[in-house]
Amino acid sequence: MRFALPLAIFLALAVMLGLGLQRDPRALQTALLDQPAPAIARPLLEDPQQQFDLASLRGKVWLLNVWASWCAPCRQELPLLVEFSRRDQVPVYGLNYKDQPEKAKALLRVAGNPYVASAVDADGRTGMDFGIQGVPETFVIDGQGRVRYRHLGPVTAEVWQQKLLPVVKAVQ
Amino acid sequence: MKIRQTMVLIAWAAMALQARADDSLAQREGALAAKLRCVVCQNQTVAESQAPIAKDMRQEIKAQLAQGRSDAEVVAFFEQRYGSFVRYTPPWRPSTWLLWCGPFLAVFAGFALLRRTLKKRTTVAAPLTPAERARANDWLQSSDEENRP
Repeated sequence: MRFALPLAIFLALAVMLGLGLQRDPRALQTALLDQPAPAIARPLLEDPQQQFDLASLRGKVWLLNVWASWCAPCRQELPLLVEFSRRDQVPVYGLNYKDQPEKAKALLRVAGNPYVASAVDADGRTGMDFGIQGVPETFVIDGQGRVRYRHLGPVTAEVWQQKLLPVVKAVQ
Repeated sequence: MKIRQTMVLIAWAAMALQARADDSLAQREGALAAKLRCVVCQNQTVAESQAPIAKDMRQEIKAQLAQGRSDAEVVAFFEQRYGSFVRYTPPWRPSTWLLWCGPFLAVFAGFALLRRTLKKRTTVAAPLTPAERARANDWLQSSDEENRP
């Protein structure tokens, strides 16, 4: 009985710190959650004369995938995005982050192009508006143009099935 | 001659003022960069980090200060995008009260425990009843007699 209290305190601390170790300090939910998505006033990769038009996407649930040709995980997720977005009818738009248009287009030719359109964010300023930590990142944006989810890191089959798709279905 | 001298003096004063303004801007930029967290290398400030994103953030701070924004506005700009986590020193909010007060609470609890334990040791648990007192006196006296040389 004498040791019951210290033991209980020790166990509670051990469990708390143990749980803390399991958590990924990078896996923070975006500060933009349920906020309107920032403007993407950027030229399109396919046609630099045209600007990315956020307003035309009203009423649609879509994904914004931040990518670059210099990002190795992006190469791996591109074919998966092509497959999943086609299968589940989810439009994916791209934000080509701090990249060179020629290299970006070359990668899309080789790895597949999942994007309805990609905006060119050459200096990363739009990426900063989205609070991007690293590439790739994927945002779910609802019909009112609000950010509903953010996934850090590459999209895998599990991420698509267990994280992105449920959010898309829920806000549709 | 007088006019020319005055003009040179004015130009020189304007340059000096401009240089001073630039100095104070650079100082504020440095101070702000030291207050913000690099979002990629999370245990470094924007000022310390060599990550490309930290470089972008320093440039953004510089650009915004040059536009005449206040320090608080620049911090708010980053906080809106990256969350309050971007502030290297956590803000004082209901959600961070425990974080700020935790160490002091722990010290306080420690002292309270110490005080309780010491008090328990020094104070007599319960006063003696008259019968117990008499028995204790008997023992003391008898042992006194035994120990006498």
